[in-house]
Amino acid sequence: MDTSSRLRMILQRLLQAFPSILGVIIVTFLLTRALPGDPAAYFAGPAASAASIEEVRRNLGLDRSLAEQFWLYLGDLARGELGQSISTGQPVLEEVARRLPASLELTLIALLLSCCIAIPLGVLAATRPNSWVDQLCRFVVTAGVSLPTFFTGLLLVFVFYYVLGWAPAPMGRIDIFALPPPHFTGFYTVDALLAGDLETFRAAAAQIVLPAVTLALFTLAPLARMTRASMLQVLGSDFIRTARASGLNRRAVLGKYAFRNAMLPVVTTLGMVFSFSLGANVLVEKVFAWPGIGSYAVEALVVSDYAAVQGFVLTMAILFVLLNLAIDIVYTMIDPRVGMEA
Amino acid sequence: MNRRDFLKSTGLVAGASLLPILKHLPANAAAPGGTLVVISGQTINSLDIHRSGTNRASYVVAVNAYDRLVGFGTKTMPDGSLSYDYERIVPELAESWELAEDGMSMTFKLKPEATFWDGKPVRAQDVKWSFDRAVSVGGFPTVQMEAGSLEKPEQFEAVDDRTFKIHFLRKSKLTLPDLAVPVPIVINSEEAKKHATADDPLALEYLHRTPLGSGAFKIERWDAGQQIVFSRNDDWKGGALPAVERVIVRELPSQSTRRALIERGDAHVSPDLAAKDAKEMSAKPNVKVVGTPVENCIYVVGLNFQFEPFKDKNVRHAVAHAIPYEEIFKNAGYERGVPLWGGGPEVTDTAWPQPFRYSTDYDKAKELMAMSGHKDGFEVPLSISLDLAEWMEPAGLLIQEGLARINIKAPIEKIPGANWRTACLVEKRLPLHLENFGGWLNYPCYYFFWAYVNGHLFNSSNYENAEIERLVEETLHMPVEDPEYAPKIRRMIEIAQEDVPRIPLWQPYLDTAMRENVEGYEYWFHRQLDVRPLKLT
Repeated sequence: MDTSSRLRMILQRLLQAFPSILGVIIVTFLLTRALPGDPAAYFAGPAASAASIEEVRRNLGLDRSLAEQFWLYLGDLARGELGQSISTGQPVLEEVARRLPASLELTLIALLLSCCIAIPLGVLAATRPNSWVDQLCRFVVTAGVSLPTFFTGLLLVFVFYYVLGWAPAPMGRIDIFALPPPHFTGFYTVDALLAGDLETFRAAAAQIVLPAVTLALFTLAPLARMTRASMLQVLGSDFIRTARASGLNRRAVLGKYAFRNAMLPVVTTLGMVFSFSLGANVLVEKVFAWPGIGSYAVEALVVSDYAAVQGFVLTMAILFVLLNLAIDIVYTMIDPRVGMEA
Repeated sequence: MNRRDFLKSTGLVAGASLLPILKHLPANAAAPGGTLVVISGQTINSLDIHRSGTNRASYVVAVNAYDRLVGFGTKTMPDGSLSYDYERIVPELAESWELAEDGMSMTFKLKPEATFWDGKPVRAQDVKWSFDRAVSVGGFPTVQMEAGSLEKPEQFEAVDDRTFKIHFLRKSKLTLPDLAVPVPIVINSEEAKKHATADDPLALEYLHRTPLGSGAFKIERWDAGQQIVFSRNDDWKGGALPAVERVIVRELPSQSTRRALIERGDAHVSPDLAAKDAKEMSAKPNVKVVGTPVENCIYVVGLNFQFEPFKDKNVRHAVAHAIPYEEIFKNAGYERGVPLWGGGPEVTDTAWPQPFRYSTDYDKAKELMAMSGHKDGFEVPLSISLDLAEWMEPAGLLIQEGLARINIKAPIEKIPGANWRTACLVEKRLPLHLENFGGWLNYPCYYFFWAYVNGHLFNSSNYENAEIERLVEETLHMPVEDPEYAPKIRRMIEIAQEDVPRIPLWQPYLDTAMRENVEGYEYWFHRQLDVRPLKLT
């Protein structure tokens, strides 16, 4: 696939994404309004009188008709505004811009970690079925899916912070007496390196180890499983037999032919695991006081904070469109047969 | 090879094993005597207590960064812990105050040396602007001001720069204490007006992020959703200069994490503990847990008079005798509170809350049911709030068991936090429910005003009694010293015991955990941490 047709594919994909994003906007708008509960009564506070609840309702614009509210919301979106969250008192855009990098940093590091373990483990298990590596792979997979993340998280905090005192206090992204690095990417570790501040880098990296390991343990399972299954299938196929019969050495067979072909479903799984864990981070975020996007969304949902929920869903929708696009591009690189027509 | 060896061999724990060299100094060693680290489970969502939507956790800013005209004194509790003293009003920005001869106005003299953070003197005009703002902004601050009969801007007068006068609408014992709650803060009005716009004459947007106060602590930084850092205002004139120079309040949503931090000594104070943690942590070395009964606050079972069977007094009495109080207090309250059952038959004093005369007695409950119009029992949902599930769920289950013995089936209905207020307090449609109202102003008449007068917010039982309403009206503004006050209050409590629209369970504690070296912690009715008197030793 050459560059120009790849560009065409990207453009076409982006255009195709528009209707789905519009759909997401409409559906989240309606769904948030359908949530039970009265945000005005909630935010007016415990001692509010009926009149003050009405006043809050007017301030929030909730006394207008649904159509009018939707129109105003579209107007805001067109101006690039996501509105103001009532529960946190901050503009949603600002909050998402601050929290999304925190979640992305954690998820990406965790995924990198889990890929580094899961893929070699899966490949080894597939090449030596029923050996101890295979058994180990099975054990890791079962343990990974069956241990809930908050439990693993608390266990790690207990062992490495509380008992051993090796890990720093789980107080969020940075040590309590350190200041965050100058904002560039929003990834503290990257920003600190860019600023050449090794001390802050070390502080930020130390904070991220335990939550990243927790999340990695959880995401390890699907990746290792998929790698093993896909490798097994490829290794049993005709072209590998032919390659072996032709006298190619083991390394070339495995690395050049089998592995590459086995990677397609793994990349798909990776995409799914990534999008899934961005949202499933909530419990890890809570345990480690990580100011991420998942806990923001959950808090907002609980108190019917419309603007925040809408902003979160919209951001995630856009992120998924981009993620799927990225995965499709990776496909075309792994397997030249995959074109946009396929 | 086991799993751990494998992890080691692949370098998964390599990251963790590098950590010993990275471990930072514990908080107290890093800044001796200087920085206090507070960890809190709640998020601060505004620096302006007057804004609609500002949550309870944010009051910590109003308390520590702003001053009021007056504050409350401090008293020592029977167990040696400290509490604010609602009977003693002390100067904050005002150095003196005087009641007019006719009792219908009060004149405050401001401290001449008091200044805002920017160095401008605090003037009576600032007080007037701030009070006008509180009574006209609407929502909670306006309601709270009304409780002290402070309702209209015309009541406030800046006589001259240093003299501020409040004209009363009525004589009320609640007015002066209401000036000491977190709401009537004094804002640097000259500066605030610079940021006011035609759409926003009260500068709500600006003050939301930028406090303009004269208080003991300035806000050094606020990272919304993560932390707020206070630094001491060395020119503070509102009281004795705080001992600590900086206070960092970090938000840590997980209870277990907060507990680990306190026990390890990486944080100094953790306010508002869960009852279970409070009980367990008080047994740990180097950790102090201070529990103070929350004034004027009662965990109750509400019986809604709109539900047919609860109109029958025998049914209500039967229910009050079929609640396993002791077990609830142990299993839902972890004994962090004051029991409110098993009191004497007569109401002998005006203490509030006080134990009601009911206690667990299933035989008596069965007898009462047999005498009622609902001999064969009935079914009624028992509603609890998911936000308060920590105590409501175990309490609900035990009540369910108790009621089953007198043939009342009570399936638990869990209501999400956002709906709870609407269902329970606004629509008042929950037949049987748990409730936890506490009044800021510590007078029984104030509690009755909110919880026993028909139509008032916390009267979730739709209870109506003409005599109680008359007594509340008579006592609400009456001075406590009035000889008629005590008998009227006793009568009110008697009716409440007899009619039991609300069955008290216990008065909860506000539990705060702190390291051994933290001194000077003081309980406040607003349940937020006043960091001003805290010391590190």
